[in-house]
Amino acid sequence: MSLLEIKGLRVFFRSGDRTIKANNSIDLEVMDNEIIGIIGETGCGKSILGRAIMTLLSDNTEINGKIFYKGEDLLSLPESKLRTIRGKSIGIILQNPSAALNPVLSIGDQIAEVFQYHEKMSKQEAKMKTAGILKMVGIDPNRMQEFPHQFSGGMKQRIMIAMGMAFSPELLIADEPTKGLDPETKDSIVNLLRNLVRSKNMSMILITHDLDVTEKMCDRVAVMYAGEIIELASINNILAAPRHPYTKVLLGSLPNKGLRSVPGESPSLSSPPSGCRFHPRCVHAMDECKKDHPPMLLTEIGTEVRCFLYKGDQDQI
Amino acid sequence: MTLLSVTNLKKYHYSGFLNRKEIRAVDGVDFEIEKGKAMGLVGNSGCGKTTVARTVLRLLEPTEGSIVFEGKDITKLKGRSLKPLGRQMQIIFQNPESSLNPVMRIYDALLEPLRIHKLCNSHEEDQKVRDLIGTVNLNEELLFRYPHELSGGQLQRVVIARVLSLNPKLIIADEVTSMLDPLVQSQILNLLKDLQKRLGISYLFISHDMDVVEWMCDDIAVMDKGKIVKWK
Repeated sequence: MSLLEIKGLRVFFRSGDRTIKANNSIDLEVMDNEIIGIIGETGCGKSILGRAIMTLLSDNTEINGKIFYKGEDLLSLPESKLRTIRGKSIGIILQNPSAALNPVLSIGDQIAEVFQYHEKMSKQEAKMKTAGILKMVGIDPNRMQEFPHQFSGGMKQRIMIAMGMAFSPELLIADEPTKGLDPETKDSIVNLLRNLVRSKNMSMILITHDLDVTEKMCDRVAVMYAGEIIELASINNILAAPRHPYTKVLLGSLPNKGLRSVPGESPSLSSPPSGCRFHPRCVHAMDECKKDHPPMLLTEIGTEVRCFLYKGDQDQI
Repeated sequence: MTLLSVTNLKKYHYSGFLNRKEIRAVDGVDFEIEKGKAMGLVGNSGCGKTTVARTVLRLLEPTEGSIVFEGKDITKLKGRSLKPLGRQMQIIFQNPESSLNPVMRIYDALLEPLRIHKLCNSHEEDQKVRDLIGTVNLNEELLFRYPHELSGGQLQRVVIARVLSLNPKLIIADEVTSMLDPLVQSQILNLLKDLQKRLGISYLFISHDMDVVEWMCDDIAVMDKGKIVKWK
């Protein structure tokens, strides 16, 4: 059964006379007990998608479409109702823990806040609970009185995980949980997250640009480019049989695959190219790609891909 | 030919009461870099990689040991005699956003090193800056923008262009791609490798990504707790 279903989501920002189309008609389903990865370059709109699901976007945004969470459309719920869902049944691990943690509150107080707000616990009870979840992520509860600057990058990430997991939410959104960490710390964070998510039967949306991490954790992967999902497939299909030219390029750019590079920059979200967003950098670009915007197509191996190369093979979704 | 040779390099930091607490950031490191070759330095955070880099550049005072660059002992150089050294060896940092002055246009940022080291006269400046931005495959349009208007990958190229303006013989690359995503990373690394071939630049390449270092370097030293523990 699907826990979360996103239908035709569009997120636009108005900035001066420009409209930044950060997410353009996103369709995505997250099943129960599934870890889904969202990968793509910086600025392709993946973090915005995470924030849209948490309904955490600022006022100058225009959001269209539907986000169904257990059958309820999050975008039409009143703020008071959202507050009971946010942090409790949908948790988020924000990007860049050094910036996400409050520098003047001890970490114990910051985590206890969650319990005091959602469960109306007393300070004492909240403290007990906090000690419990700190232990769960491998931090000595005696360090509860310490402040964020006294912890290393990997430890801060663990604190963020503790906060996101405080209520064992049914859906966890993790935004770049391993960015800027060294390989050993990265592995320990990946293992911690995977074990917690699997043992508590949660679903997770993992937003990252690290393909190694995706490989270790995810069941399915959505590849984003310029505000769109351009390929959606199981992790094995993505790695063994990537379909979209961009996915191929992305995988080929890894050091152990030869570090092949592709010229050009990812397009600006305020004036994306016509037709297929990837055509200016694509080696297979045809005339059609410049004019028409490709729909999602289903290939014979079950991969959904937004590319005209696969048009002959099957029907449009 | 050996370009840089480092022998028994040590850098200790002192802190605490009466400076009695000793931290051995780099504790006896030896290596050599040949002309036109790349040496990789890998290890976990806090193992002393960056301290080695900064000490070699003489941004930090070594506690002990010697650094010989092009046959000349630079360990004891002081003050003004260090300035020509800046033209010969340069460093590229991890975070390009904080390497560039936010209120300086790209054009001025590229011009600054040329003026400081008096590398060309005023009527050549403009051409030189335009050549530089071309060397790193960036469009000349970007010259009149500010750093915040550029992407991380573009900024890192500007930083590389700036370093190249001095024609250095050795470039120390300190985690140059760890903040960048894979496609941009491959562009930057290919650019660095291309420059190595074309201009014969040597690299001291610091990273914690083993795959990247293996692709980029001829020799790899693994550091742990201030010492080189393994060569590959």
